[in-house]
Amino acid sequence: MFTRHSSLSPKGAVNFMQQTHSSRSGPAEGEQVPVLTLSHAAKTFGPVVALADGTIHIEAGEIHALVGENGAGKSTLVKILAGLHHPDSGDFQVAGQSVQFRNVAESKDAGISVIYQEPTLFPDLSVAENIFIGRQPKGRFGLISKATMVREARKLFERLGVPIDPTRIAEGLSIADQQIIEIAKAISLDAKVLVMDEPTAALSGVEVERLFAVARSLRDRGTGILFISHRFDEVFDLCDRITVMRDGRYISTHRTADVTVEQIVREMVGRDIGALFPKTPAEIGDVVLKVDGLSRAGVFRDISFEVRAGEIVALAGLVGAGRTEVARAVFGIDPYDAGDITFDGRKLRPRNPQVAITAGMGFVPEDRRKQGLVMDLSVARNVTLTLRNKYTTAGLINGGAERRAAQEWSKRLQVKTGSQEYAVSTLSGGNQQKVVLAKWLATDPRLLIIDEPTRGIDVGTKSEVHRLISDLAGRGIAILMISSELPEVLGMADRVLVMREGRITAELDRADANPESVMHAATSSAGGTL
Amino acid sequence: MSSALDHKNATTPAPDAGARGAVASLLRMRELPVLIALALLVLITYLINPLFLTAQGVKDLLLNATIIMILAVGQTLLIITRNIDLSVGSMLGLVAFGTGSLFSAMPDVPIIAVFVIGMAFGALLGAVNGALVTLAKVPALVITLGTLYVYRGLNNAWAGGKQYFAGDRPEEFGALSVNTFLGFPVITLLAIVVVIAVAIYMSGTRPGRDLYAIGSDPDAATAFGIKVSKRVFLAFLANGALAGLAGVLYASRFNSVGATTGTGMELTVVAAAVVGGVAIFGGSGSVTGAALGAVLLTTITSSLTALRVDKFWQQAIVGVLILTAIIIDRVASLRTAKKLRISEARNV
Repeated sequence: MFTRHSSLSPKGAVNFMQQTHSSRSGPAEGEQVPVLTLSHAAKTFGPVVALADGTIHIEAGEIHALVGENGAGKSTLVKILAGLHHPDSGDFQVAGQSVQFRNVAESKDAGISVIYQEPTLFPDLSVAENIFIGRQPKGRFGLISKATMVREARKLFERLGVPIDPTRIAEGLSIADQQIIEIAKAISLDAKVLVMDEPTAALSGVEVERLFAVARSLRDRGTGILFISHRFDEVFDLCDRITVMRDGRYISTHRTADVTVEQIVREMVGRDIGALFPKTPAEIGDVVLKVDGLSRAGVFRDISFEVRAGEIVALAGLVGAGRTEVARAVFGIDPYDAGDITFDGRKLRPRNPQVAITAGMGFVPEDRRKQGLVMDLSVARNVTLTLRNKYTTAGLINGGAERRAAQEWSKRLQVKTGSQEYAVSTLSGGNQQKVVLAKWLATDPRLLIIDEPTRGIDVGTKSEVHRLISDLAGRGIAILMISSELPEVLGMADRVLVMREGRITAELDRADANPESVMHAATSSAGGTL
Repeated sequence: MSSALDHKNATTPAPDAGARGAVASLLRMRELPVLIALALLVLITYLINPLFLTAQGVKDLLLNATIIMILAVGQTLLIITRNIDLSVGSMLGLVAFGTGSLFSAMPDVPIIAVFVIGMAFGALLGAVNGALVTLAKVPALVITLGTLYVYRGLNNAWAGGKQYFAGDRPEEFGALSVNTFLGFPVITLLAIVVVIAVAIYMSGTRPGRDLYAIGSDPDAATAFGIKVSKRVFLAFLANGALAGLAGVLYASRFNSVGATTGTGMELTVVAAAVVGGVAIFGGSGSVTGAALGAVLLTTITSSLTALRVDKFWQQAIVGVLILTAIIIDRVASLRTAKKLRISEARNV
């Protein structure tokens, strides 16, 4: 389904590392001073390196795309530009001036406006007030002049060609309109650089067109725009240059006209898939879970797959492709409109997680702090949370039995904690994940759905979690793993299902799955170039 | 761009904000239901018992509302920012007793100085609350529940069994609550001035609007560079100063001040704000609404008495009123949200 591009351009053939070095002096093209340059910015959070080499040069009057896999460091870079994070090292200049932002306000003052995927407006305040908050125009007696504020807001919307009533309150506005309001605010702030962090993810086609029209007109007026998107058609349609990041590092910058989608994809994923994930072969048994034609309007469509005992099936794709939503529907948390879920040969009733648990399903959610654990309860209490009935006499929890069960599972999974009685919130991310796993393993499941098993877990513990999952499959448990990390998908899975925009676009056996084939299925229509 | 303000244009309303717009915005006013309820209540009570609206009757109604009104204004500043101060009753008690002590120690102290000292004392107590909430990052509900008892304890220790009576205070001081100007008691006029001043501050100044932004979405407010802690601290301080003012007025209006003065007042104050359309989760509502809520709450008690409703039932009826206010508000806001969604769908 994916053919390797045979004729590599000389530029694409250059070793990535070399290219990184050669571009240290900054992009050669462009005679004017870039309006924003970030060079070799690094940021670590404890042991986790979020950004090793954040480099981007944005010129006035260009739309510059920033692409990379999930976890490539794009968000960290954006947060540095926005003044939310402070880089540990590196050089940051705006309009030729060195800057060090201590907070968001300073970034704004320097002329940088950031528009997030879901803007944060004040729902109770009027649209006009949302634009001018903190700098409302003043009239008589130094009081705020609402009339002026509304008139100025109206002018902004006219300029953008978007009819939004400035006097209405912000609550209930569509995300597209909220973004337009953020853009209006950026214009009124006279922003030199506009950063748009995946602005199109939640927009419909018409809304995307409207946003692009606005972006182009801003570019023509000399604003530098940084556009972050996973959709290559949009990147190639809208942007003048593309910067690729991978594993927290700057890889390359190209003129859009000079590159192909294939080349960009290769640069995004090109790295060693080391022997980091010791997948042990397991005996594959009968079908445990069969999903047939599952659909939910606007979320996912016609999803069919099987998971067998002892098999690890990875659900790959970009964030927002609908993977978690499918998993939640299978587990009975979310409803679905059509299709069947068969577990161990029996049809499951929809919208009933209790049935799924009783049947032998476990679900390890993506956000373990919010959904997987009760952070303030002890390790023991968390482990036995799913099987309260088992350790209950006459409605009261039997503390002794609970502790013994918890102890056993914690030992088996090697949870590192001082005591079973410590609150889960005191553990590290990796150990918290083990507690969630222990919680479900204690129910003796036939199938485990694990959403992003190693998100936010440091490298050392990561491979421990992987070993554990591999081990579980070896015991005959069927595993459905959602992961946005390619090495994890490729290293762990027996089979890879790739989803894009709510559909399964590829099913790849372990032998056929490689970074290019998975990335390609995740980002563009099968086989074709854009 | 906002600096290039045309002064003339700034003061004339936009063309489409004419009479039609004025009516529409009047109907959208959150205070309107309270105003209507108040008018109905007074009218019905008057029809049944005409004595309710004699000059003395009206004066009593206003006097009863005055102190709660001022406290409700202060409380509204906090509720709008998603905070609350439950210690207002205790603060009022301390300041009221302090006022009594001050007059007893220095009978010739100028009345204006008493007001300044009382408000400064209240501001200090409020600042303690504000500092604890903003520095310790503990919910205001918990902090001020604690200071409610601490301040009351201080008051008990200070007063012991002692009480000061109106006779201990100069006549001009007590006269503030007796004399009228255009039919309004002087202290009520004072309260109205406070309401108007704070209302203008809340709707017409940037710090005032910041308070709404903070309550509407505290995280977004931080992200915007609004100084959330500072604004919240100052709101607590202002609330304390207003509680101090209310304490001084209490000493003027009522005969005796002692260890238990103001006990339980905090709940009436919060209820007044809620009945007046201040959203308990912050972000919307107005001090005018809260003041009207205070008038409605105190008036309903008086009219139930005037209607000879059994005293035992009065509290239950006040409770029903509070619930009704909340339900009306909820239904109205759901309806607005739906309307906004529909208008939104048409735009796209």
